[in-house]
Amino acid sequence: MIEVQHLTKRYGRFTAVDDVSFRVERGEILGFLGPNGAGKTTTMRILTGYMPATEGKAIVAGFDVFDQPIEAKRRTGYLPETPPLYHDMTVQDYLTFVAKIKGVPTNERSSRIKSIMAKTRIDDVGSKLCARLSKGYKQRVGLAQALIHNPDVLILDEPTAGLDPKQIIETRQLIKDLAGDHTIILSTHILPEVSQTCQRIVIISKGRVVAVDTPDNLTARLRGTETMYVQIDAAGSNAVASLERVAGVTRVVESDRHNAVVGYEVESEQGRDIRRELARAVVTNGWGLLELRPMRMSLEDIFLSLTTEDAAQGQAAEETANA
Amino acid sequence: MRNVLAIANKELKSYFASPIAYIVIGLFALFYGYFYAVYLQVFLRDSMSMSQMGASPQAMNVNQQMLRPVLQNVTVLLLFVLPAITMRSYAEERRSGTIELLLTSPVSDIEIVLGKFLGALGLYAVMMSVTLVHNGVLYFFGHPEWKPILTSYVGLLLLGGSFLSVGLFISTMTTNQIVAYISTFSTFLLLWVISWIGSFSTGMFTDVTAYLSIIEHFDDFTKGVIDTTHVIYYLSLITFGLFLTARSVDTERWRG
Repeated sequence: MIEVQHLTKRYGRFTAVDDVSFRVERGEILGFLGPNGAGKTTTMRILTGYMPATEGKAIVAGFDVFDQPIEAKRRTGYLPETPPLYHDMTVQDYLTFVAKIKGVPTNERSSRIKSIMAKTRIDDVGSKLCARLSKGYKQRVGLAQALIHNPDVLILDEPTAGLDPKQIIETRQLIKDLAGDHTIILSTHILPEVSQTCQRIVIISKGRVVAVDTPDNLTARLRGTETMYVQIDAAGSNAVASLERVAGVTRVVESDRHNAVVGYEVESEQGRDIRRELARAVVTNGWGLLELRPMRMSLEDIFLSLTTEDAAQGQAAEETANA
Repeated sequence: MRNVLAIANKELKSYFASPIAYIVIGLFALFYGYFYAVYLQVFLRDSMSMSQMGASPQAMNVNQQMLRPVLQNVTVLLLFVLPAITMRSYAEERRSGTIELLLTSPVSDIEIVLGKFLGALGLYAVMMSVTLVHNGVLYFFGHPEWKPILTSYVGLLLLGGSFLSVGLFISTMTTNQIVAYISTFSTFLLLWVISWIGSFSTGMFTDVTAYLSIIEHFDDFTKGVIDTTHVIYYLSLITFGLFLTARSVDTERWRG
């Protein structure tokens, strides 16, 4: 549905997007993840035909966004970072105008507007001026605007930015409901968002793609060794030595201590579940077992490790170049 | 074409949703009324002295001796008023981010430019329609010729269109409406006075500067003459302004 090949965008000497390639299949939700200034918005703007790429190709719904922009735009809905609302228009007038320029046929216009307003739950503010809307409503009107011509592809730039937690959950649910009928790309710098809504993630940093995978695979790929966290009440005894004797354990590190209560990070061989043995060892030693849980690498850790790794490499390369 | 009208309609509505339309039309009506009243007094005084000298009343021509000077003053008024109409056209869209909606909709750049131009021209037409009241009153009490009045309106439309297309172009280059207003006003003024520098000599330079001057082409319309030279001048200026507008928007895309 969406195919991006070697996309590069330069502003003068600054490269905002550097050789980005990825595909999105029909009905899929792709999360576009990266720190601020990584090139997410630029990539989305290229996909929506707002700006041309310096190099590379982008095909949306079967049309090249550069060669056949009108056809591609007809099939794309776009919610920019700030919802593009005309503040002196009422919501109803605004959506009518958008429906007109997006080519919704005259006879379908009012029914389309009505159903979209119901879908995005803005039917109670139809006669309000866009300027008077709260942030949450503005965002939803922005979403309604993107959906009005029933596009194949939806491109959402930080759709939940600035919303309150309840609105965030509602918006995420709405986006999930939209998948299937629409192919969606959404960008965010909030990690739980992608793990909850997206089937696939593209992590981008400094204009380059550093990883493309499913959230689960990404977590698994970067986990490396399995680590358990054990918190025990073991006054005065040599817990580290006893824990290291448990079969499968490779390393034990004390992580925190509050008087007699000590927490340990226990690393084990990959693919081996050592929870039972660990619990038994604690109990046979007569200690109190307060906590035992696997320490998964969260998306935050993955994200940080990927983006900082990249930065470190970049820095190393620069140093070599300078030397 | 449907897209052009949709955008033009939106533009026109947004002028009337903001104070701009009311201020522009209000100030224009005020000054137009003032000029009209002053020149009416001048005309009456002159008619009176003419009849005292025994000349026939036909010697005075209301079109030439009253409406023409009024129109000349109106053109000066346009210099100040029209930049206010175009100053927000693109500047405001860019500032509020709505330009992203327009540029990512299945609408061509030309359609957007034409829509905005027609919207501005629409407000200008509404503003000009104020003058119909004065001319109506004139018809009621006097016997002006309608043909020079009609050609004057054609001239005003072309002159206004030229100003608006240039203003639209300048509006694409800034997000600040004050900057847009001042730059547009200065450009208008330059187009206006460019012939002065050539008026001290004769020859090519004089001809070229006189041709470039936006106001040198207007006078014939007030005399009831539609000269294709002037029509072509204004139409080319309008086309050039709109072309630059479209190019400027496109350049902005590349620059990001």
